[in-house]
Amino acid sequence: MTNSIDDLEKADCILVIGSNTTEGHPIIGLRIKRAVMKNGCRLIVAEPRHIRLCYYAGQWIRQKPGTDVALLNGMMNVILSEGLADEDFIRERTEGFEEFRKTVEQYPPERAAEICGVEAEEIRRAARTFASAESAAIVYAMGITQHTTGVDNVLSLANLAMLTGNLGKEGAGVNPLRGQNNVQGACDMGGLPNVFTGYQPVSDPKVREKFEAAWGVDYLPGNPGLTLTEMTDAAHRGDVKVLYIMGENPVISDPDIRHLKEALERVEFLVVQDIFLTETAAYADVVLPSASFAEKEGTFTNTDRRVQRVRKAVEPPGEAREDSWIIAQVAARLGYDMGYISAEKVMEEIASLTPSYGGISYQRLEKEGELRWPCPDAEHPGTPILHVGKFTRGKGLFSAVEYKPPAEEPDEEYPFILTTGRLLAHYHTGSMTRRVEPLNELVPRNRVWINPADAERLGVADGDEVGLQSRRGAIKLEAKVTRKVSEGVVFVPFHFGESPANALTNSALDPVAKIPELKVAAVRVLAGEDAKGVTYDMA
Amino acid sequence: MEQVRLTIDGKEVVTTSDRTILEAAREAGVRVPSLCYEERMDPYGACRICLVEVEGARGLLPACYTKVTDGMVVRTATEDLARIRRTILELILSDHPKDCMTCESAGDCELQDLAYEYGVKETSYKGEEHHYEVLADNPLIERDYDKCILCGRCIRICREVQGVGVYDFVNRGFESVPGIPYGKPMTESPCEFCGQCVSTCPTGAIISIPSKGKGRSWQVEKVRTTCPYCGCGCQLDLHVRDGEIIEVSSPVMVGPGEGNLCVKGRYGYGFVHHPDRLTQPLVRKGGKGGELVPATWEEALGAVAGHIRKAMDEGGPDSVAFLASARCTNEENYLMQKLARAVVGTNNVDHCARL
Repeated sequence: MTNSIDDLEKADCILVIGSNTTEGHPIIGLRIKRAVMKNGCRLIVAEPRHIRLCYYAGQWIRQKPGTDVALLNGMMNVILSEGLADEDFIRERTEGFEEFRKTVEQYPPERAAEICGVEAEEIRRAARTFASAESAAIVYAMGITQHTTGVDNVLSLANLAMLTGNLGKEGAGVNPLRGQNNVQGACDMGGLPNVFTGYQPVSDPKVREKFEAAWGVDYLPGNPGLTLTEMTDAAHRGDVKVLYIMGENPVISDPDIRHLKEALERVEFLVVQDIFLTETAAYADVVLPSASFAEKEGTFTNTDRRVQRVRKAVEPPGEAREDSWIIAQVAARLGYDMGYISAEKVMEEIASLTPSYGGISYQRLEKEGELRWPCPDAEHPGTPILHVGKFTRGKGLFSAVEYKPPAEEPDEEYPFILTTGRLLAHYHTGSMTRRVEPLNELVPRNRVWINPADAERLGVADGDEVGLQSRRGAIKLEAKVTRKVSEGVVFVPFHFGESPANALTNSALDPVAKIPELKVAAVRVLAGEDAKGVTYDMA
Repeated sequence: MEQVRLTIDGKEVVTTSDRTILEAAREAGVRVPSLCYEERMDPYGACRICLVEVEGARGLLPACYTKVTDGMVVRTATEDLARIRRTILELILSDHPKDCMTCESAGDCELQDLAYEYGVKETSYKGEEHHYEVLADNPLIERDYDKCILCGRCIRICREVQGVGVYDFVNRGFESVPGIPYGKPMTESPCEFCGQCVSTCPTGAIISIPSKGKGRSWQVEKVRTTCPYCGCGCQLDLHVRDGEIIEVSSPVMVGPGEGNLCVKGRYGYGFVHHPDRLTQPLVRKGGKGGELVPATWEEALGAVAGHIRKAMDEGGPDSVAFLASARCTNEENYLMQKLARAVVGTNNVDHCARL
C-alpha cells in the first residue's frame, strides 16, 4: 500500500476494485465501512459479484470479469473530457501524459460500457465522484492482479491516481491488499527470483558484490531465476531436478492442478517443509515438520509495510523445528555455516544489507510496536505514506494501456465465466482453517454460486450437486443459487481440497508479472444425470 | 481544537478541548470507573457509574460524555459519588446472578471489579430476577442474558465498529435485552462471528464457546504476536495455559486492528494443537511409488542435502529450485533465499505472491 490502513478513514472517496475486502481483509473492510458510516466517505465498488461492501457503497459497478482496463480507461476519458484532472500534479510530478491521453481518448464511456457490460452513465458517475473528491483512495486485491492483464490493470489504477493527484497525500494512494500474513515480507526479503532483499536487483554487479562480501562467497549468480509458474514447467521438462517447498501448498493454490501434479511427480526429488501433511506434501520425497507461527520468534510485514513481531507462545509438537533451524541444518550439510541462528540476529543481518529495513531492530520493535519501511536508520520514524513530494523513480510515469480480453472467453462448449476467491471463515488452501472445528462447522463444504436465471435454465435447485468442467479438469460440488453473481458467471471459493477451484482455472500468465489468470476461466455446468459421472481425483 | 487546563482531583491537567473528562482523567492517571464506555465506540452515557462532580455544574455529570473546558474543576472520588456508585451497583446486582465461582468471566469482569472496589456484597433492592435460557445457537458465541447489564456495548460495537448491527434492544422496560431480531439464531443473522461483542462485553453475558472452562484470566500467560492469516497484520494476544492456546484477544487501540479481529483471527487458532500436526520427519522409501515413513532428522536432512548436492553436480545450481513462503517470518524467508543464492548458487527462489 502506498498509504496506511489508518489512512483509509481519512479518504473522501474510496474506489474498491477487485477486492472482496470484508471477507479477504476483514479488518481493512471494517475501516472502509467506518469511513463511510462515520465520515461520509463516498464508496465506489467495482466488482462482478455482489459483495458485502455493496451495502455500504454509494455506487456499485458490476463489470464483466476481466474488463477492468476498459472500465478505468472509460473513467479517465470522462475525467479528461470534463476537465476534472489535477493538471498541476500532472505537470509537476509526472511524465508520459501525452501518449497516455491519446490512448484514453479511444475509450469514450459508451465504448467502455459496452466492453464491461454496464451503462455509460455509471462510468461517468464513478469518474465524477472519484475525481471531485478532495482525497480519493484506490483499494484493490487479487481481483485486479490475477489476470493475464494484471500488470495493465495495476498500471491503469496508477494512471487514475496520478490523473487525479491522489498520490503522496493523506486519504489517497494506490493500495494493494496483500493476501497473506507475510507476503509483503517474503517479497521484501528477496523471496523472488530477480531481487535480493529490499528489491535490490540480482543483475546489479554492485549489489552482488555487497552480498558476496557479507555472505562470504566468491560468486552470486546475476541472471534472474525462475518464477513459481516457470518452476512448474521446468520440473515438467526435467530441467529442475530438486524442488524445495517451504510452507506452501501449490496443489490447491496454483492454477491447472493437473499440470502441477504431473510436475511434482516428475521432479526427481521434492522436499516439503510444513506444519501439516498438505496435499502438496503428499507428493514429497522428504517431509520436514516445522513450527507454526505460535512456536517461534520473528517478524511479519503486513500489507501497509508495517514490520511487527511474532513471538513464541508454545512449544512445537514432537520433533517439529523452526524453519530457520532446518534451513541452517541443510546449509551446514552443503558446507555453509550460517552461524548461530536467532531471529533477532538474522534481523540485524537483514538491516545491515537492506536500505529500506536499515533502521529496524528488535530493540525498537519492542519499544515502538511497529515500524513501516522505508525506515533507513535507527532514528527514522518509518514511512506511513509513500511518494510524498516525489516518486521513488523521480517522476510518476503514465502508461498507455489498451484493453485486452482475457485469455479464455466463454464459448458454446464452455459457456460460463468462472471466477474464484475467498470466504470469510476460511483461508487460502484451507490447511489451517479447515482443521479449526468451529470454522469448519460454520462453513463445512464448498459451493458454486450460480445466478437464479442460469440455474432455472439448467434445472438446478439450491443445494443440488452439480459438476463444473473446464478444458483442464472437473469438480463436483453443491450449488448455491444466488443473485450475488450475474448471469453467465459462476463463483467458486478455492479453500476446499475435495473440490478445488484450481482444477478448473487457467494457467495463462501475465507476460510481465507471470501471475496466472485465476479470476477468469471458461467452464460448463453439468446438472442432473450429467453431474453424476463427475469426480475429482484427489490423489 | 484548543488547549485547555483543568483540575481533576486537585491535579493540574493540560489537554485539548476535544477530550472528555473521562479521557483527560485517564491520561492524567486518574481512574474513573466506567461500564458502558469503551475506547472503540462513541460515548453512550447509559450506566452513570462515571458520574463526577464539576464545580459550578447543576447536578453530577457523566465523565464519559462531558467535554473538558478551560478552568474546569472536577472531583471524581468523593464520598457522595461513592455512595451513588454503590447504589447503581446494587441496582445492577439486584438482577444479576451471584455465580462468580463458575462464571467464565470471573477475574476479567468489570462489574465484579467494581463490586469489589465499592464493597457491594448484597443488594438492598430485592425483587424479581430474570432466568433466561442460555443461548448457544452457533459454534462460537454464547449469550446469557441473566448476566447482561444493558450497557449496550455489544449493540454499539456491532453497529459502530463492525458496521453490521446484528443486535438491538428488544422488548421494553424490565424485559429489555440486546437481542437478535425475531429471536433468530446467530447463524441466521448477518453475524460475521468476529466476536467483537465478546471482546467488549463487560460481564460474562457474551462469551466465546471454544474457551469455556479452559482457564481463568489469571491462569493464562498472554503472548503478544501478529495474526498468521491475511495481510492486515492485526495484533493478537495468545492466552496460553499449560502450553496450550485457549483463547485469542486483541489489545484495544493497538496495531492495524485497534483491538478488533475477524472470525479467523479470534477463533482460527485451533490448528496449532491439531492432531494432524507433523511431529517427525518423513522419508519416502522404495522410490516414487513408495510410502512416506518416519525418519530421524539426521536421515531426512542428509537425504535433502545429498540430493541437492547431486543435482548441483550433475545439472548445475539452476537444476535446484526453492519456494520461500508468504506464511513464514521475514527472517526465515531471508535465510531461505540465502540458502538458494549463497549456498546453492541459484536465483531460482520464489513464493506464492502471485496466488
